[in-house]
Amino acid sequence: MTMHTLSVLVENKPGVLVRIAGLFARRGFNIDSLAVGPTEHEEISRMTIVVNCEEHPLEQVTKQLNKLINVLKIVELESSQAVQRELILVKVRADSDSRGKVLETVELFRARVVDVALDAVTVEATGSHDKLDALVRVLEPFGIKELVKSGTIAVGRGGRSITDRTLRPLERSA
Amino acid sequence: MTEQTSPAHPKAHAAPGQAQSPHAPSPLDIAARAAHRDQPAAPSPAAAPVPAAAAPDKQDKKAKAKVTGAQALVLALEKVGVEVVFGIPGGAVLPAYDPLYDSEVIRHILVRHEQGAGHAATGYAQATGRVGVCMATSGPGATNLVTPLADAYMDSVPVVAITGQVPSSLIGTDGFQEADISGITLPVTKHNFLVTKPEDIARTIGEAFHLASTGRPGPVLVDIAKDALQAMTEFTWPIPFELPGYHPVTRPHSRQVREAARMITEARRPVLYVGGGVIKADASAELRQLAELTGAPVVTTLMARGAFPDSHPQHLGMPGMHGAVAAVGALQKADLLVALGARFDDRVTGKLDSFAPEARIVHADIDPAEISKNRRADVPIVGDCKEVIAELIAAIQAEHARGSVGEHADWWVQLNAWRQKYPLGYDEPEDGSLSPQYVIERIGKLVGPDGVYVAGVGQHQMWAAQFIGYENPKTWLNSGGAGTMGYSVPAAMGAKVALPEVQVWAIDGDGCFQMTNQELATCAIESIPVKVAIINNGNLGMVRQWQTLFYDKRYSNTNLGDKKAEVAGTRIPDFVKLAEAYGCIGLRCEAKDDVDDIIEQAMAINDQPVVIDFIVHADAMVWPMVAAGTSNDDIKVARDLAPDWDGSME
Repeated sequence: MTMHTLSVLVENKPGVLVRIAGLFARRGFNIDSLAVGPTEHEEISRMTIVVNCEEHPLEQVTKQLNKLINVLKIVELESSQAVQRELILVKVRADSDSRGKVLETVELFRARVVDVALDAVTVEATGSHDKLDALVRVLEPFGIKELVKSGTIAVGRGGRSITDRTLRPLERSA
Repeated sequence: MTEQTSPAHPKAHAAPGQAQSPHAPSPLDIAARAAHRDQPAAPSPAAAPVPAAAAPDKQDKKAKAKVTGAQALVLALEKVGVEVVFGIPGGAVLPAYDPLYDSEVIRHILVRHEQGAGHAATGYAQATGRVGVCMATSGPGATNLVTPLADAYMDSVPVVAITGQVPSSLIGTDGFQEADISGITLPVTKHNFLVTKPEDIARTIGEAFHLASTGRPGPVLVDIAKDALQAMTEFTWPIPFELPGYHPVTRPHSRQVREAARMITEARRPVLYVGGGVIKADASAELRQLAELTGAPVVTTLMARGAFPDSHPQHLGMPGMHGAVAAVGALQKADLLVALGARFDDRVTGKLDSFAPEARIVHADIDPAEISKNRRADVPIVGDCKEVIAELIAAIQAEHARGSVGEHADWWVQLNAWRQKYPLGYDEPEDGSLSPQYVIERIGKLVGPDGVYVAGVGQHQMWAAQFIGYENPKTWLNSGGAGTMGYSVPAAMGAKVALPEVQVWAIDGDGCFQMTNQELATCAIESIPVKVAIINNGNLGMVRQWQTLFYDKRYSNTNLGDKKAEVAGTRIPDFVKLAEAYGCIGLRCEAKDDVDDIIEQAMAINDQPVVIDFIVHADAMVWPMVAAGTSNDDIKVARDLAPDWDGSME
C-alpha cells in the first residue's frame, strides 16, 4: 500500500464534505487524513485527502469522487512534485528541570513554543508527515500531555495552478 | 480526467427545452388561476385553460411573474414536460399541492403509500425512458420513499422525488415530521438538493431532471422547505443550470473503439454481454446490427431482457445465477467479452476470480466508475451505448473491408450443443398441482411480446425472466439490483399509466404482493386496469428454495400460509376477496386445464384491474442455478445435475 495525496476541488456548498466522507465510508476506502478550506475563489473549496491504498482502489476512489456532482476536479499530487505540510500542536510536560532540554529539541526541529505554563510548554510545528513524526518521537520521553494534528495540505510545485481551468465554467454560469 | 473531457463537453447551461408541453400555461396564468380561486363568487369561462395554450413560449422566456415558490415548482414541472406525478400530500408539502390542483397539464395520482408512489414513478420511467416523478411530505412521507429511491439507484432509473420539508427555521430542531431526507438518501440517489429559498426552486427542478435523465440515469431528490414554497419569487424560464462539476461523457474515444473492433474481429469465441444500459441508451436496433455484423452470440442480463429478441438465433438467453447453461457456458469459455452497459454484477459473474477466465474484456459503459470496478477491462470505452455501438459497427466494417472477419464456426458448434442439451425447462409436479413455470409461460404466450411484464422479486421473477419470450426493449420491468419485494404492483401501475393502450401484467409472488397491494385501490379508483398474476405457493419461495438446498430443509419462517389449514397457497388473506374489496376483479386458478381460460378472461377485461390467484406447487425450484459464491463452472441444471461442458451428462 502506498500513500496518495489527492487535491479535490469542490463547490463551496453545504453538505459537500459529508458527501465525500460518506462516499469513502460507503465504498470501504480508508482516509488517512482530510483537510478542507477555502481557496482563492470563494465559490471553490479545496480538500486535500490522503489515502493509503493500491493503484486499483485509488482509480475507483477517483472515479467515484468524480461522479459526485459537487466535485469539480481531482488531481493526484505526487510527493516529488508537490509541497506537503501538516501542522501539529503538542503540549509537552516541562518543569524547570526539563524545560531547557525541551526547548533545545524544539530548536533543532525549527519548531516554535507558543505557550508556556509552569509544568508544560505547547509547541507548534509544521512540516512533512515524516518530520513531525520524528519530532513527536523525540518529545515523547518528556511526556506528551496533548497532541493535535491537522490533515496534510499540499500544493503542486511550479507556476501552474490547478484552479485556473476549473474556474472558467463557474464564471460563465454566474 | 476532468480536463480531457470538459472541452468536448461544455457545461450544460441550457435548461432542458425538451418535451415542453404545448399546453404549458404561462406563469401569469398560474398566478391568475390562483387569484381567481380566491374569488369564488365570480366563476367565469375565462378560467378555462385556452388562453394559456395560446401564450407562446418565447413570451414566457421574458415573462417575470410574481408567484409563490409552490407555483414556481408546478410551473417548472410543467416546463420540463411532466405529465404525471404519483404522490401523497401532507403538512410540509401542502403549499405545493395547492397550485398542483389547478394544473391543466399534470395529472396527480393519489397513491396509498409513498413507497407505491416511488415504484410507480420507476415503472413509468422504465416503461418509457422518461423521468418518473413522485411527491411526498416531510418526515415519514419522505422516508417511505427511501426504498424506491434505493431501488431506482441500483437499476439506474431516472426518477425525481420531490419532498416537502419543515420550514427552514425549524430544520435541525427535531420539528414535527422532520427528517433529514437529503442526508438519509445521500447514498441512494445520484444527487439530491435541499432548497430553502423560493428563487432556487425552478432552477433546482430543471437541474434535477437534467441529472436524472442524462449520463447514467438515476434518482434525484429535491427537498423543499415549506417556507420556500410559501414565499413569493419571480418565475423565469429557462434558467441556466449551476452544475459546473457535471459533464457526462457520451461520445466514445475513437482509438478505443478501433482497438475493440480489432479484438472483436480477431476473437474466436466472442460473446456480446448485454446489460440494462443498452435499453437505457435506446440502442436495441444498433445492438442487433452489431450482432448480425459480427455473428457473435448475445447474452442479455436480467436488466437487459428484451434488449435483443429472444427469438433471434444468436441469442443464448440470460446469464447469471439462474441463467441458461449456454449463456453461462459462453461467458465461461469465451476468449472475448464485449460488455455493453453491463456491470459485472456478482449475480452474473459468480465467484469473480473464476469468471470467464480465458476472456479478454472490452467494457463499454457511460459510467467510468463501472469500468474495471469488478473485472479489469483490457479495452475500456466510456460512452453512451447507442453511440458506442454505432461507432463499433463502423470500425468493424472497416476491419471487414481489410479482410479481417471473425471465424466462429467451431464456437457455434459448441454453443449449439449446449443449447440443445440443456434447454431451459421444468418438470410438472407429480401430484398434479399447478406448475408455476407453466402459468408464467402461458401468460407470456397468450399476452405475447407486445405486453409489458412487471415482476416482483424471487422465484416468480426468475421464471418470468426465463419463460416469457421478450422481443422488445422496455417490456420487462423488474427490480434487479436492489431486489425489492413489493416492486411489482406499484411499478405495473406506473407502467400502465404511461402506456394505457398496452397490456401490463404484474407477475408477483404471494409474499411480494402483500407488501404493496394497497395500490390496487389506486388502480381501481384512478382507472388503471393492470393485471396481477399472483404466483401463490404460500411461501417465500426463493428463500424456501435456499432452505431446501443449503439449510437441510429447515423451513424457518418462510411459510406464509395457515399451517393448520390443509390447503395449498396463502389463503389469509383470500386474494380473490381482497381484489374484490379493492374494486378489482378477483379470479382464482388451481388446475392446469383452467389456466388459458382464466388468462383470456383477464385479458378481455379492460375497464378494471384484475387479480388472478394462481395456486401453485410449493416445491418448484428455479433451475439452472449457480449457488452464491461459487464458480459459474459449477452451475447445476437441476439438483445434483451438472452439465458436462465437453459432452455427456455427469
